[in-house]
Amino acid sequence: MATTTVPGQLPERLTRIWETAPGLYGVLATVDHKTIGKRYLVTSMLFLLIGGADAAIMRLQLTHADAHIVSPETYNQLFSMHGITMIFWYAAPVLSGFSNYLWPLMLGARDMACPRANALSYWTFLMSGVFLYTSVLVGQVPDRGWFAYAPLTEAAFSPGLNMDFYAIGLTFLSVSTSVGAINFIVTLFKTRAPGLSVNRLPIFVWGTLTTSFAVILATPALTAACVLLYLDRRFGSHFYDPGRGGSALLWQHLFWSFAHPWVYIVVLPAMGMISDLIPTFCRRPLVGYTLVALATVSTGILGFGVWVHHMFATGLPATASSFFSAASMVITIPSAIAVFSWLATIWHGRPVFKTPMLFAAGFIVLFVVGGVSGVATAANAYDLQLTDTYFIVAHLHYVLIGINVFAVMAGFYFWLPKITGRMMSETLGKLNFWLMFLGFGVGFFPMHTLGLMGMPRRIYTYSSGFGWGWQNVWVTVGAYVFALGVVVFIVNFFWSLVFGEAAGANPWDAPTLEWAIPSPPPDYNFEHIPIVASRHPLWEDRLDEGTGRTVFDGPVLDRKRDTFGTTPLDAEPQEILRMPEDTVWPFVVSLSILVIAYGLLFGLMWLAIVGTVGLFIAIIGWLLPSHEPTASPVET
Amino acid sequence: MTLVIVTEGMLFAYLLFGYFYLGSMTPGAFPTDGPPELKLVIPNTIVLLISSGTMYWAERGIRAGNQGRLRLGMLVTLVLGILFLIVQGIEYSHKRFAFQTNAYSGLFFTITGFHGFHVFVGLLMNVVVQVWAWRGWFTSERHLAVTNAAMYWHFVDGVWLVVFFSLYITPRFS
Repeated sequence: MATTTVPGQLPERLTRIWETAPGLYGVLATVDHKTIGKRYLVTSMLFLLIGGADAAIMRLQLTHADAHIVSPETYNQLFSMHGITMIFWYAAPVLSGFSNYLWPLMLGARDMACPRANALSYWTFLMSGVFLYTSVLVGQVPDRGWFAYAPLTEAAFSPGLNMDFYAIGLTFLSVSTSVGAINFIVTLFKTRAPGLSVNRLPIFVWGTLTTSFAVILATPALTAACVLLYLDRRFGSHFYDPGRGGSALLWQHLFWSFAHPWVYIVVLPAMGMISDLIPTFCRRPLVGYTLVALATVSTGILGFGVWVHHMFATGLPATASSFFSAASMVITIPSAIAVFSWLATIWHGRPVFKTPMLFAAGFIVLFVVGGVSGVATAANAYDLQLTDTYFIVAHLHYVLIGINVFAVMAGFYFWLPKITGRMMSETLGKLNFWLMFLGFGVGFFPMHTLGLMGMPRRIYTYSSGFGWGWQNVWVTVGAYVFALGVVVFIVNFFWSLVFGEAAGANPWDAPTLEWAIPSPPPDYNFEHIPIVASRHPLWEDRLDEGTGRTVFDGPVLDRKRDTFGTTPLDAEPQEILRMPEDTVWPFVVSLSILVIAYGLLFGLMWLAIVGTVGLFIAIIGWLLPSHEPTASPVET
Repeated sequence: MTLVIVTEGMLFAYLLFGYFYLGSMTPGAFPTDGPPELKLVIPNTIVLLISSGTMYWAERGIRAGNQGRLRLGMLVTLVLGILFLIVQGIEYSHKRFAFQTNAYSGLFFTITGFHGFHVFVGLLMNVVVQVWAWRGWFTSERHLAVTNAAMYWHFVDGVWLVVFFSLYITPRFS
């Protein structure tokens, strides 16, 4: 890759090629994965705060027996929106944010394989969220729970637009997740740095890859369920109406065949983040890398065979229940492999308890507790006693907060210095961790016992005679302490922007490629595309792994927006890919879908048609073939 | 494109799961008025299969750099696709039940309608790609849009075979 120019001018030239245009056009047209990743992170964290505010109000209502702080109708809306927001608009998108930002850096590429699809996936995520929250402005908020069981959601029992927001909003969001997942898969198999073969990938990449396959296989079940619900509600069909040959259980089957894989979608990348972060703070490679990678993939596959364990109480035949019960217990095997690999890494390493490591350690504790209560409820007989009680609420919060939020916090403390270029405060970080960890324990552990004492989930209030009062006070206090921890995190973030010391390229002395470039990374990521020789490119001299050494002053590819196209498994360079320039079409596509969604919601056919025409024009504009070549063979 | 097709294929799989699930849960015959007529649908299936052949012929043409085969093949595919939709419209108008009659009728129209919508999208792709083809934008090396449109079209035809066997043939054996 001979260049005729002086090396000193290289960064400026690459910046001119890769930078985004200033002004509004640049805001709407950028396809830079780092900008999109940051937008994903900020937007999903805002949804976390909104969903958290819902929970804070619910806890006030539940602190005392016979309380009437909000009306029962508002309470239904609060728990529905809390679940919907957290599970769909926070838990998965926040991981997409990390993946979007980090993947090309970890893979030694200049961008994702489909940068425009990446922009589309963000814009549809944002606009589907805007659509969902229009329900608050209209005052007809979804109020039948996040899993929206039929027939309670049918038009006869739920008039108003409430559940239409749910059905259309989730279908809209599924566009975003599917597009994003396709992009991750193509990126992995196409645009890794030469030499970064699949056995050298960070576990986080394995996690997101598994998740992406799960998304494209599972999300259509949700789309089908929501489309049928919408047709039932608005066009008078009878899919979920047992009176006319339909079945209310059809909803549950479709919904859970999506939603159980979804549980793994929101945890596997998070587990991957922990698997990559623990070695850095234990100063040694991960124990059992291959086993953990295989465990990740097999969890993703097994996740498709367990959906009926959400439905043990629906009167299914005993054979079916037993099968799904056994399948659910099998999942403990890959999970245990991951846990023991983390423990072994800590045991054999020299752990340094900085804030990210604290969160990782807390994560392991909560993972084990949530896992054990999960195995318990996988047992059919036990589940029949506990289904729809606070025990389930405890379990799902241990899993979702433990395995998602704690990993996300660890991830932020670990990678924010890379993103912002500033270190966060360790003092505030430790305070942040202890508030969240203790608050979580105080708040959520009593939910197990409340469930065993018979407190049903989603209950609006309860009589003092049940004896649930004092434990509910604990839960509320713990939840508020936990929330205080989140506030400390936000303070720490802004503190680091102003006072944080400069991070430098590799503040944690971590082994992977993203730490080889400056923080924050330049527009073009890598000045020279690295040629990777091992799993830990920055630890090679110390580990003496293999014979080769990773090359950091290799090819530059500075003609236009170019990056390497490599073979799927061994990452042999195949071709040079010409990446697309900035474009507003992804934004227009998303806006058109938003218009269609409003048209369908309000029953305004003309509006839906306007949106469809806009969509058609935008797609053609997007796909118009350019006359320039998009790929050229590698010349060496 | 392959991944788009996988996820769309799953959507049909889940809809057909709904169909078979309701079928298995319904006591007695399903559908209650007996299986749907085959008089129109069998010729229509053959039309769609032929259109896949013409699309294949067109794509092979441009791979060899033959503009004429590309244009003619895509044009015939377009005509056959439109014919399929017209025949399906005629079949709809002869149905004795409406979308709102019961869960089966709803699924029948949803699944075939969804498929019809995919045919329509395939035809839109065909039109756009054909405009480009008549302008001579494709060469034996650069014809990704043709390949994608062809893949999508074969997918639409393949799904139709599954839908056809599920909705028209399996009820005859239960």
